Amino acid sequence: MMNVTFNGKTEILNHRLTVRDMLERMGLAGKRVAVERNGTVVPRAEHGEVLLHDGDRIEVIAAVGGG
Amino acid sequence: MNDPLVIAGKTYDSRLLVGTGKYKDFDETRLAVEASGAEIVTVAIRRTNIGQSVGEPSLLDYLPPSRYTYLPNTAGCYTADDAVRTLRLARELLDGHALAKLEVLGDPTNLYPNMPETLKAAKELVRDGFDVMVYCSDDPIQARMLEDIGCAAVMPLASIIGSGMGILNPWNLRLIIDNARVPVLVDAGVGTASDAAIAMELGCDAVLMNSAISHARNPVLMASAMKKGVRAGREAFLAGRMPRKLYTAEPSSPMQGMIAPVARAA
Repeated sequence: MMNVTFNGKTEILNHRLTVRDMLERMGLAGKRVAVERNGTVVPRAEHGEVLLHDGDRIEVIAAVGGG
Repeated sequence: MNDPLVIAGKTYDSRLLVGTGKYKDFDETRLAVEASGAEIVTVAIRRTNIGQSVGEPSLLDYLPPSRYTYLPNTAGCYTADDAVRTLRLARELLDGHALAKLEVLGDPTNLYPNMPETLKAAKELVRDGFDVMVYCSDDPIQARMLEDIGCAAVMPLASIIGSGMGILNPWNLRLIIDNARVPVLVDAGVGTASDAAIAMELGCDAVLMNSAISHARNPVLMASAMKKGVRAGREAFLAGRMPRKLYTAEPSSPMQGMIAPVARAA
């Protein structure tokens, strides 16, 4: 079991997930989003390999209207 | 007239850059951006709304990145660190796109830029390969510092963000423009088309705005007005205005060939 924080919300995961698994669970697979893990960008090409760890802080962002 | 705007080595026909925030819906956003003629549009970077974004339309469906140059911003960031992280995420999101708008705010009420944090972030972003267009105070010394760091454009405020108060300190803008070797854009404060024209007449290379269009009663019509205001101001700047004469009038019609006065009986 591990605690991972997604966009400020902490969730308990029962098994190991890659960044790609996480995006699939969030319904964001194939969407134009970018992911940061503990303050560092995870490039799209590495989403399938990078595993989430206990205590990770994940940010998932998109472009929205703004000035 | 061939008079392109050049930013970070890329040329643009339009000297009006527009934001995409605060519109009624994406349709209105698209129509306003089209009417403005803008080629560069700013976007904000925000957390996805987990579980709610599936299947919902996105801004990118309405303003395709193939047609517009996206200018991701750091609006809402109050530290250099947050701004740098935000733009690194934006670069990943937009497939390595290096052009970015840096703004680091200092106060949630007046949204005035925090210049020490702005300078710090600019340094790091330039080192990291970004083409940084930077929102800044209208201080000519700090504008020069940003230019020396290697920013692609400096973008002083004309008045505070979203205020629509217009060009409050044209002399400071002139000081910045006259000393700059990179494009100078007025970013923030424009309220109506004449403000945009004044900014361009002062010699700004372009104008960036959002609220002046999105908060107009008819945003699409105002977008069209802004397009013309920016163009008119640019042409007036290039044409060179006549000198101001404070105390002596000068007739536009010839003084010779006037008809003779009629002698009147006393």
